[in-house]
Amino acid sequence: MSLALHPTSKAFKANARAALKNETLQRAMGHLGFAQKRLEAVGRLPEFEALRDQARDIKNHTLQHLDFYLEHYEEKLRQSGGEVHWCRTPEEARQAILSICRSVGARTITKGKTMVAEEIALNPFLEANGVAPVETDLGEYIIQLRDEPPSHIIAPAIHVTKEQVADTFLEKHAAYGKTKLLSEPREMLEEARGILREKFLGADVGLTGANFLIAETGSSIIVTNEGNGDLTQLLPRVHIVLATPEKMVPTLEDVSTILRLLARSATGQEFSVYTTVSTGPKRPQDIDGPEQYHVVILDNGRTAMLGTAFQDMLRCIRCSACLNHCPVYNAIGGHAYGWVYPGPMGSVLTPGLIGVDQAGALPNASTFCGKCESVCPMKIPLPGMMRHWREREYEQRLSPPAQRWGLAAWAFAAKRPRLYRLLTGLAARVLGLWGRRHGNMHNLPLAGGWTQFRDFPAPEGKTFHQLWSERGQR
Amino acid sequence: MTEARAQILTSIRLALGRGVVDAATQQELRARLNGHRRNLVPARGQVTGRQKVEDFARMVEFSLASIARVRSVDEVPAAVTDYLKQQNLPAEIRMAPDKRLDAIPWGRTPLLKIARGMPDPKDEVGLSGAFAGIAETGTLMLVSGPDTPSTLNFLPETHVVVVRASELVGGYEDAWTKLRAAMPSMPRTVNFITGPSRSGDIEQTLQLGAHGPRRLHVVLIDDDPQAGPA
Amino acid sequence: MDNTGKRPRVGLFVTCLVDLIRPTVGFAAVKLLEDAGCIVEVPAAQVCCGQPAYNSGDRADARDVARAVIEAFEGFDYVVAPSGSCAGMIRLHYPELFAEDAAMMPRVHHLANRTHELVSFLVDVMGVKFVAARYDGTITYHDSCSGLREMGVKAQPRALLGTVAGLTIKELPGAETCCGFGGTFCVKYPEISNRMVGDKAKDVAGTGADTLLAGDLGCLMNMAGKFTRDGVDVKVRHVAEVLADMAGDVPPIGRAK
Ligand code: SF4
Repeated sequence: MSLALHPTSKAFKANARAALKNETLQRAMGHLGFAQKRLEAVGRLPEFEALRDQARDIKNHTLQHLDFYLEHYEEKLRQSGGEVHWCRTPEEARQAILSICRSVGARTITKGKTMVAEEIALNPFLEANGVAPVETDLGEYIIQLRDEPPSHIIAPAIHVTKEQVADTFLEKHAAYGKTKLLSEPREMLEEARGILREKFLGADVGLTGANFLIAETGSSIIVTNEGNGDLTQLLPRVHIVLATPEKMVPTLEDVSTILRLLARSATGQEFSVYTTVSTGPKRPQDIDGPEQYHVVILDNGRTAMLGTAFQDMLRCIRCSACLNHCPVYNAIGGHAYGWVYPGPMGSVLTPGLIGVDQAGALPNASTFCGKCESVCPMKIPLPGMMRHWREREYEQRLSPPAQRWGLAAWAFAAKRPRLYRLLTGLAARVLGLWGRRHGNMHNLPLAGGWTQFRDFPAPEGKTFHQLWSERGQR
Repeated sequence: MTEARAQILTSIRLALGRGVVDAATQQELRARLNGHRRNLVPARGQVTGRQKVEDFARMVEFSLASIARVRSVDEVPAAVTDYLKQQNLPAEIRMAPDKRLDAIPWGRTPLLKIARGMPDPKDEVGLSGAFAGIAETGTLMLVSGPDTPSTLNFLPETHVVVVRASELVGGYEDAWTKLRAAMPSMPRTVNFITGPSRSGDIEQTLQLGAHGPRRLHVVLIDDDPQAGPA
Repeated sequence: MDNTGKRPRVGLFVTCLVDLIRPTVGFAAVKLLEDAGCIVEVPAAQVCCGQPAYNSGDRADARDVARAVIEAFEGFDYVVAPSGSCAGMIRLHYPELFAEDAAMMPRVHHLANRTHELVSFLVDVMGVKFVAARYDGTITYHDSCSGLREMGVKAQPRALLGTVAGLTIKELPGAETCCGFGGTFCVKYPEISNRMVGDKAKDVAGTGADTLLAGDLGCLMNMAGKFTRDGVDVKVRHVAEVLADMAGDVPPIGRAK
């Protein structure tokens, strides 16, 4: 199932409601423990805050000169024997990848974790064209077997319980002669490791994403913990990197600064286990490594975000801190968001990539509590950009009519202090009397959203301004 | 493809409200690229001498790798066999054909079977030499080359890495400086390795040895006179 | 006296919720400010800071409402609100709201820079170190999001509460996690909001405190409404009521006399 092909962001509200009632999902989400680990890791690095400022500045500088850095990157990459494939749309990227696969007669392609491949629904496309994609990140592998989309950008199977993994393995691994129902994560990992080992060795092409592209050297960088991304790119004859332009960083020094933030923000590790810098295909004397190295650079609307209110989003390094700390994401999980990128970063990115008419609910599903911005290593003003989407939505008259009417009525009164005083005086009195006995109201007309789950505290009976003028004060 | 290229670059320039980056700015940007200017390096990445060695050793363990410290290359073979025995592993290793590893007197442990060259999927233990060790996070830096296949870092279940105290640096920036000094251009692969492979993808329970090595063992040759006595 | 050594003239921004639902908080604010040496005035022309429109994407109406606030509060040494959210709106978001209106900017900045949340104003600007109040009970404190993240309100209320006679503070686990109010969010997404405030209720109950305090009435109403609905026996009050020794004047939020 690909959310890129079948977005359900329009049904966000219903999705969220279902997610809250889904007990298995709720149990699974209870395991999300990155936030505490991040806190500890940040505490061990006193320079963390200063590094955030520098990382933001580095990315801003890069975006300001993105064309230059992309060209420099390409030149360097060519010198090392690699090739860049520029693609504007998902379709161009899919075709570019397929034609590389066809040129070497590839039947299977191993994949490291890449959200961009989700964005372009690469797997169903490859399958339909006779190339079998094999996800090798354990989480991605699990959800590929279950035919589900990822629900988190670095822990794609966070919505799955270990019992569900066991059932899935029992069903799908029978083909490999594995017929035991497993109970421990350790055994499940071992079984998957054994099966995937064969896939690594048999693949014709390996495809990875890129956490960063380095202009100085023409390199791509992947950051992983499992080592699957490395086996994916080392063993097959061809390595394809699927990247997007904003992954660019000028120098190795610059990326070092950002790397100090990435793992700590993501999983709370000091450094991820494997940070791998790849530059071109194997050298003539090398005894291992891929013979071909291709980098597919997909724009898909990103460069159009430059110079707009959403440019800052292009600083995102996909660390997932904003998801991990978001109370809304923690309550409903990733699938409810209905497209590839969930959580706060998704609420900003998704309307930009599939349209605010499709995904307008996402930037509305925030209390603006600001936690995401406070933990974002790249200091992306996520709530501010969600508000910008609300503005677009309002301007295009896409927000729900009831909301617009309510707002209009409120604004009409709020701009007329005397009328406003009259109305609030009346309301305070009526509601005050009504709620006097219990101190609150169980039901309130036009406030069903509130009183469905909460009582409405009764007013004291007179407004502050009434009382203040009664006391003769100014 | 060239059309897409042109269009993407044009789209960037339009969005930024300018044409091609002017010559003066280009020069500035090139100078920035070639200047290798460092950003803020945390205190932890600026350690030197004895502290660098101690920090490295401590952070290696923090990353869930193990470490054995020896005083000279002569002690490496015994350290390796001891480790294998301790872990109940066969005394058989696949070793990178790395000339630096030839300085180690392997003949002293005749029971240790050593195969050189490309790793085979059946190899249980791989042994390589690090290009550098980074004290800041206990990270090993390995580079690919004719004598140093990257595959060895990932295929065997157990990975033993030999590093000398003189190869240790404070932070990542020092590692890049060292690499630039040693090589005219980037090698195909630079692997930064911090601890053994792991996954938390099943209910966020940490499991070691997801696809890469389950065990990472560092043999640190603590013989650097500049670092002071161990 | 503030750090300039004069008795400052303070304009009290009452906030629309305090005005309508809980005037006592406004009077508590007046008392605290006067005790701290301020001359307090309450401009009659004030209504709302404009946040409902601003956060709904309606900039034009937000600007109109904000303009009235800017006019009403011209000329004060400080503007103080018993709400981190409304103070944050004026201080941080008005400049953004009027970004395209160069003519307004000097006035906007002038107001923004003088606007404070009540408790942090007392401590940070007026140098208040203690209050003369008594509250016999164990309280726990929720850090409302805007106050915490936009206005840096964290230590100040705890410092002053620590000087209230008879009062014990128990820290709330997850005190910095949003309660699920979020303005219109709580009615637009009631199920999610309910889940968040339900989690908060559990955390509060777990502390064993008999009273929950916070600095924003919206959050307080959300939590109080959830508590009475679910039978969580914890009293809910605005922190100013306790600091001003006025808890005896009104029943807890959402409770009858
Ligand atoms: S928006 Fe910030 S916190 Fe969220 S994934 Fe991107 S970089 Fe990380």
